[in-house]
Amino acid sequence: MITPRNSDRIAAVIFYLIAFLVSALLAALIGYILWQGLRVINWHFLISPPSFEAGGGIGPEIFNSLMLLVLTMILTVPLGLGVGIYLSEFAGDNQVTRMIRICIETLASLPSIVIGIFGLLLFVTILKWGFSILSGVMALTVLNLPVMSRIAEDAIGNVHKDLREASLALGATQWQTIVNVVLVAAIPGLVTGIILSSGRVFGEAAALLYTAGVTTPALQFHNLNPFSSNSPFYLFRPAETLAVHIWKVNSEGVAPDSRQIADGASAILIIMVLLFNVTSRWLGRLIYAKKTGQ
Amino acid sequence: MVNVNISNRIGKYTTFLCAVLIITITIAIIALIAFKGLSTFTRDGVSLRSFLFTTNWNPDATASEGGPFVGALPFIAGSVAVSLLALLFSAPFGIGIAIFMSEISAGWGRRIMQPVIELFVGIPSVVYGWIGLSVLVPFIRNHIGGMGFSLLAGSIVLAIMIFPTLASVSTDSFNANPADIREASLALGVTHWQTIFMVMFPAAMPGVLTAIVLALARAFGEALAVQMVIGNAIRLPTALLSPMHTMTSIITMEMSNTVMGTVSNDVLWSIAFILLLISFTFIMLIRTINRGRAVR
Repeated sequence: MITPRNSDRIAAVIFYLIAFLVSALLAALIGYILWQGLRVINWHFLISPPSFEAGGGIGPEIFNSLMLLVLTMILTVPLGLGVGIYLSEFAGDNQVTRMIRICIETLASLPSIVIGIFGLLLFVTILKWGFSILSGVMALTVLNLPVMSRIAEDAIGNVHKDLREASLALGATQWQTIVNVVLVAAIPGLVTGIILSSGRVFGEAAALLYTAGVTTPALQFHNLNPFSSNSPFYLFRPAETLAVHIWKVNSEGVAPDSRQIADGASAILIIMVLLFNVTSRWLGRLIYAKKTGQ
Repeated sequence: MVNVNISNRIGKYTTFLCAVLIITITIAIIALIAFKGLSTFTRDGVSLRSFLFTTNWNPDATASEGGPFVGALPFIAGSVAVSLLALLFSAPFGIGIAIFMSEISAGWGRRIMQPVIELFVGIPSVVYGWIGLSVLVPFIRNHIGGMGFSLLAGSIVLAIMIFPTLASVSTDSFNANPADIREASLALGVTHWQTIFMVMFPAAMPGVLTAIVLALARAFGEALAVQMVIGNAIRLPTALLSPMHTMTSIITMEMSNTVMGTVSNDVLWSIAFILLLISFTFIMLIRTINRGRAVR
């Protein structure tokens, strides 16, 4: 019989069941990717370039992903910090501030494919950078800037008011207080946020299809001159990333082992994302412990 | 040594410039996409009505064949269908997890589910697409019917992808409920479930609606994962097991096959412009839902 007491129990069981199902799904997803992928991954797969025949690797793609990630972060971290500092420390309650917030919201909600074709129009076509690392980095910057701004504003806004007042009371200017006190106290939040958003940037593909391109020229990894076109550091060369490669292998895969390649590349992508996740937790906790002296 | 007052001022203006940069980028994106998107109607002379409400898609057809045909309804309807269906699949789980984490097991349950949700967010969309393609599509083909590439496959993949948004935003909303109302309800002799269902849930409603709108926004904007499993056939989404198309998937597939400045390219921008308008609508909706409440 359904009494209130019974329905209470049934409800509890259902919620535990949902939690169990969701966790089981995640375990199955990650387990499947790793199980399929780890059979494919070996040293040769990790360092050799893709091939039209069986036995190609994903070496250049891994390099491109890391390169785009690092360059994007070099751009977005300072810019995002700037926006975060302005919004949490300087911004008054006025039209300009409201405008900034609406713009952040709008940018954050734009589909990444739309940012991709915006990049195609502005960076690739109008500015004539072509399908290149530079165009890709710019598209990723547009994609990541609103995220970074929010992370920075949250991390800075969560710093306790007492710290600011103590610093100001000692005669420090507002800017000295921000740089020497507030930013330092916000480091754990910033580091966690930066690493988590790195995971997102690393796995992004839609914004890169039409900016960084879906090909990689033959690279000479011993050529470190960034102005020579077969150097891996040449900014105006196309750079297919790992995530884009997975998509391309599926939609126009020519190699007979394209299934294995996608399996291996997915596993690498997931392992990297897991690494980012674990590192951010561990670092956040470590810095917190150091700062609080525990 | 730099004068401290000057460095103070420089600091303020530098950070302000960063904020201005965000405004500039946003306006640039909106302006460029609106300009390109509207040229379908202004320069190419396509009527808005035929773009929005007809289903005949052949932008390459010449004028002598009666073209170009640019009926984008299959893509718009496809995006709407796949997003709403994904929401239908995902909402019970997302909201259920939110209730689980905030009301049923706020201790260890939360400690386990929080990282679970973060990992769901962390899996890149192409990987979701790839699993959909290699597991879900064959499963549907062998056990349910059709080719496998279908509205069903697309909405299941999307459902998993929007689940973390639903769960985390709803959880925040439940956690923001004052504990007083829960205790008042329990003190009246009401059971735990009744309290959740009749007190906590209505109180968290604006936040849950926000979660739903954010999830829909993500669903409309997702491109590659959906494109990989949905079959990309230009037809209205009338059957669960048939292949179809979405706005993002047609842009993904055709942008590189068309030449800038032609009708077939311009209509893709018009579709992107519609995506832009849809995300504006969602932002406005969220603002309306949260009017009067503190919201960032």
